[in-house]
Order: sequence, then C-alpha cells, then structure tokens
Amino acid sequence: VTTSAEQMARLLALVPYLQRRGEVSVAEAAQRFGVPERTIQRDLQVLMYCGLPGQLPGEVIDFDFEALEDQSVIRIRDADFLPRPLRLGSREGAALLAALTALREGGDPDVQEIVDRTVAKVRAAVGEGAAIQVTPPVDATERRLAARLSDAIANGRQVLLRHAAAVRDEVRSRVVDPVAVSEAQGHLYLDAWDHDSEEQRLFRLDRVVDAEILDTAAETRPDPLDLSHGVFRPTSATPTARVQVAPTARWVTEYYPVEQAQEITDGDLAGGLEIVVPVAHPRWLVGLMLRLGPEARLVEPVDLGDLVRAAAARALTNYDTPDA
Amino acid sequence: LSARKTERLMNLLILLLSTRTYLPKHKLRESLEEYRAAPSDEAFEKMFERDKEELRALGVPVEVGSYDPLFDDEQGYRISRAEFELPEIHLSADEAAVVGLAARVWKDQELAATTQDALRKLAADGVDVDPEAQSLIAPQLVAEEPSFLTFLDAATTRRPVRFGYRSSTSAAGQERRVEPWGVVGFRGRWYAVGLDRDRGEHRVFRLGRVEGEVSPDGPPGSFDVPADLDLKALSSHLAPEVPDREAVLLVRSGRAVPLRRRATATDPARDGWDLVRVPFGRVDTLVAEVCELGDAVVVLEPDDIRDEVLWRLRSVADPAAERAQP
Repeated sequence: VTTSAEQMARLLALVPYLQRRGEVSVAEAAQRFGVPERTIQRDLQVLMYCGLPGQLPGEVIDFDFEALEDQSVIRIRDADFLPRPLRLGSREGAALLAALTALREGGDPDVQEIVDRTVAKVRAAVGEGAAIQVTPPVDATERRLAARLSDAIANGRQVLLRHAAAVRDEVRSRVVDPVAVSEAQGHLYLDAWDHDSEEQRLFRLDRVVDAEILDTAAETRPDPLDLSHGVFRPTSATPTARVQVAPTARWVTEYYPVEQAQEITDGDLAGGLEIVVPVAHPRWLVGLMLRLGPEARLVEPVDLGDLVRAAAARALTNYDTPDA
Repeated sequence: LSARKTERLMNLLILLLSTRTYLPKHKLRESLEEYRAAPSDEAFEKMFERDKEELRALGVPVEVGSYDPLFDDEQGYRISRAEFELPEIHLSADEAAVVGLAARVWKDQELAATTQDALRKLAADGVDVDPEAQSLIAPQLVAEEPSFLTFLDAATTRRPVRFGYRSSTSAAGQERRVEPWGVVGFRGRWYAVGLDRDRGEHRVFRLGRVEGEVSPDGPPGSFDVPADLDLKALSSHLAPEVPDREAVLLVRSGRAVPLRRRATATDPARDGWDLVRVPFGRVDTLVAEVCELGDAVVVLEPDDIRDEVLWRLRSVADPAAERAQP
C-alpha cells in the first residue's frame, strides 16, 4: 500500500468524522485514527486544497484556522461533498464479522445476544452474504469458567486453581495471579502467574477442575503471553523423537510441530511419513504413541520405546482383574 | 509528492461524486489542474488510469458509462453516491462496545489492520467505538495459512481459483478447480468451502493442505454463491459428532479430567477408582482418547470400544506378535 493510498483511505473517514463531531482536538482525532498528531495536521493541509473546479482553496471545506493554530482544535464546515464514510469493503466486512462471531462463540453468554444484534446490523450494512464463519469449539462449562475468571482479572483477585496438566494427568492445586483468558488453536487458556512454579503459564480451561476466586489481591500483572504462533514453542534444546506413522496418521503433522517429515515408500507403512517431533516431556510422547497404536512406530530414542511398551502393558493388566 | 497525489485523487473523487452524468476524459482533463498540466494526452491518460485504479483499490465504486447517448463511442466516469456511502448502521452503546472488542480479536497484522479500517469508518459514522475498551475475554483469531486471504477475497469477489491439494492420507497433491463460497474457521484451523468444478458438488478444503500458489481460474464475478448458503451447515462434519451412545468406564481417582468433565454420572467404585459414564459419538475418537490415558482408564462397556482399545494396546505392548497375525 502506498502512502497516498493510506492517506486517501484515512481522509475518506476523517472528513465525515470531523463533520459529525463539529469540533474536535487534533489530539483526539489522532488517537481515534491511531496516527501521530502531525499526520492529522498533514491530512488537514491536503484537505485545504481540495474542492471542485473553480473553487478557491478553503472554499469547499470551511476551516477555522485560528482554532487550529491557537488551540489545536479542528472545526470544519461545508464539507458536504463527503457527509458519509465509504462503505465497508468486502474484506473489511468479512474480517469484522469473523471477529464478532469469535466474540460470540468464545465469550460470556451475556455478550452473545448483543453480538447477534450487532452482526445483523453490520451484515445489513455490508450487504454481503456470510463469506466467513468461525466456530471456536468452547463448551458452556468452559464459557462459564471463562466469565468467572474474567471477573477475577477485572477485579485484580487471586485464584485458587485446581488443574490437571496434560502430560501429568493429575490434579494439583495452586494459587495464581490471573492475567488473561486467551484462545489459541481452538482451546481457551487461562494465562496466569503461577506462584507455585514462579513463572507465567497457560492453563487449558478444559483441564481446570475448579477455580475459586480468592479475596486476596493479585500481586503481579505481567503482559499476556503472545499465543499467535502457538502454545508450545520448542527450542533447539528440546529433545526429539523419530516416529514412523501410517497414511491414516499423517494428520499428526497438522496438529504437532514437526521438524522433519519424509515419505515412507515401502514396507507396511508405505504411504506414511517418518517424522521428527520435539518432545517436551516423555509422557507426552507415550500418550501419543498409545493413541496412535498400530498406526505408528517409534524409531528412536530406544529407551522411550521401552516406556511406551511398558505403559501399554500396564494398561492391559487392568483388564486382567476379575471385576474389570 | 505523495501529498500532491492524495490531493489529486481527492479532487478526482469529489468531481466524480458531484456529477450526475458520466464525465468523459476530456472533461476531466479540463477540470483538474494537474491533468491540465500533463505534458501530453498520453501522459494524462496514464495518470488518470492509475488514479482510477487506485480509487477502485480503495473500494471506491468508479462507474463507467456512456457520456452521450447519441455518440456512445466516448466513455464517461462517475461515482454513484448510493454505492459509495456506508449505509446507516445505528449501533446502540452496547453494540458499539462489542464492535470495539472485535477490533482486538485478529492477531494477524493484516487482518487486524483491516478490522481497524472498518472500525474507522464506523467511527466516522458516529459509532462510538472505544479503541481502549478493556477486553474481558480475548478470543484470538489467527490465520496462519498463507492462502487465507486469497480464498477470502476470491469468495467475496466470486472469483474461481485453482490450486494443488493433498488429501489427509496421501502425499501426492492433486489440482483442484473450485468456486469458493466462503471460509470457515474451526478449532483454530481454516477451511474453504465451495463448488469443486470437476466433481460438480461442494467440498471443504483444509487450507493447511493447499500446496503452492492459489491461482485465479476465471474473472471476478464469474459464479454465483447459492442464495441459501449456510457455511456452518456445509462444514458441520468438522464439528464433533452429537453423542448418541454411552460408555461405562473405570477411571483412577483424580485422573482423566477431560473425560470426567463430560461424564453424565461419576460414582466411587472399588478402592482408588470411580465408575464414570461418558456419552460419545464416534468410536475412533473415544478409543484414541482412552488409549492415550493408558492405565488410568478401563473400558467396561460397550464391547466394541473395549475390544478396539484392547486390540490397539496389545499392538503397542507387543508389536511383533500383532504384525505376525494381521
């Protein structure tokens, strides 16, 4: 996008905005448009020389120059040629509608009714069919929990969290300072400072057993974690495993960060992949291998293979007891 | 220089907005100072063509029509105010607040900026969207798939596309020719829904499986989106199955939290175990979940789940034995 295109897009909204406001400070306009004050000043200079053929500068848009120079206040009149902003483009409409839908599905039940009204109005104004549809799969239990945690965040309170981490699969209690409820890759997370481990962590809400809002005030308020590139970010120090997967388990590469993937061309797993995956915790890989069953084979490390076989054997012994 | 160009574009816009009849090029050249100053007709034409395209790229509907009905060899230009202007929206305070929150949803820079542009227009129309509104719940949308915007734009401009696509179970990509109707986000992943031109019916394409470039396969506006399009219904198979059966499981105390959350009943069983009833839809989904939990779960009923879990666990515990008898 060129600078003049950017400026042009801004002017098409700025002129009707200024007309509607009647009087507004340069500072406020700059904040509203998310640009520095001098950018607004430059925009005004362009506007002074705009008009219909035969009109003199300043004739088409009547500026109050004194107010602008003395008080940094913009007052304009007679900018009748642009009383209303340009309509929403199809991409703008789609982006806004998708964001609204996400708010509806991921949010507080009270918000949903408001969002529905808003979506109907925006859709009518855009005059578009629904080119975009988003369904964050968050169930009612999680939504209620998210709403309670959001209250705790708004009120700056600590939370006693009972949570089962995925790799550990056992419930632990801890006191946290909640920071944000965030969504990433289809799951809701509580982003919080954990006083137990003294680090900022993510707690998946579908693994929270119970959350008690405490009377004590939160002690820390770090910035929310950036989840835009996923929740798990392996480093070069993270150990890896080499796994062969059958064609039916190729989906693994779409759900987990995979460092390498090579086609398997012969043998019983032909059409599958040999992949190298980072393993943050051995238990995670054991779980994955149990889940994949006959559709995968661990090539290395060998000692992890022993763990996987032992875990399967332990699970099988449960079925030997008479009442099972 | 860019300020002068903005000024020229603005003056062209004002002129085209204020005319009722189509203005031919020679009138435009007479009317605008910079066009008059162009050294040659060619230079003017080039300048005007570029300006016109820049206006269109901003979404300004520049219309072309016959200037003189008796001599229709000369084309004229105008901008229809009705097409140009944002229709009245009239958002209430709570609706405006929700729009303010929506501005914080997209994490991708480009889509976040696009949403901000939309909000700026709404603000210019008097909607009091507070950019600093506190987001209590921050759902985040990310479109990491490089083809996302291409499919979104193709759907909104009704432009057919062609692209390489691999299925979930095979390596070899296949060329697909599609009329995209829309994009669907589900579990943090994006899909394109549309008519597969070779198969003659609608298909859902996972954008993560698109290979290489997505190319246009026809001009914009060359197909119609079904009037009763329901993207949610067309992509309903992406959503979890509605549970229609129930499994009875023994679960170790304090373990398998996600399973327990879905339980319809949980009762203490023998020491250290609970009897948990869990509704389910798809067999393979529940089997995979139970297997992953290892020795924390024992399937009591139904038999098909129990047998499948046992078979899969045995194949892991003793892979050689399983492969010997397929």
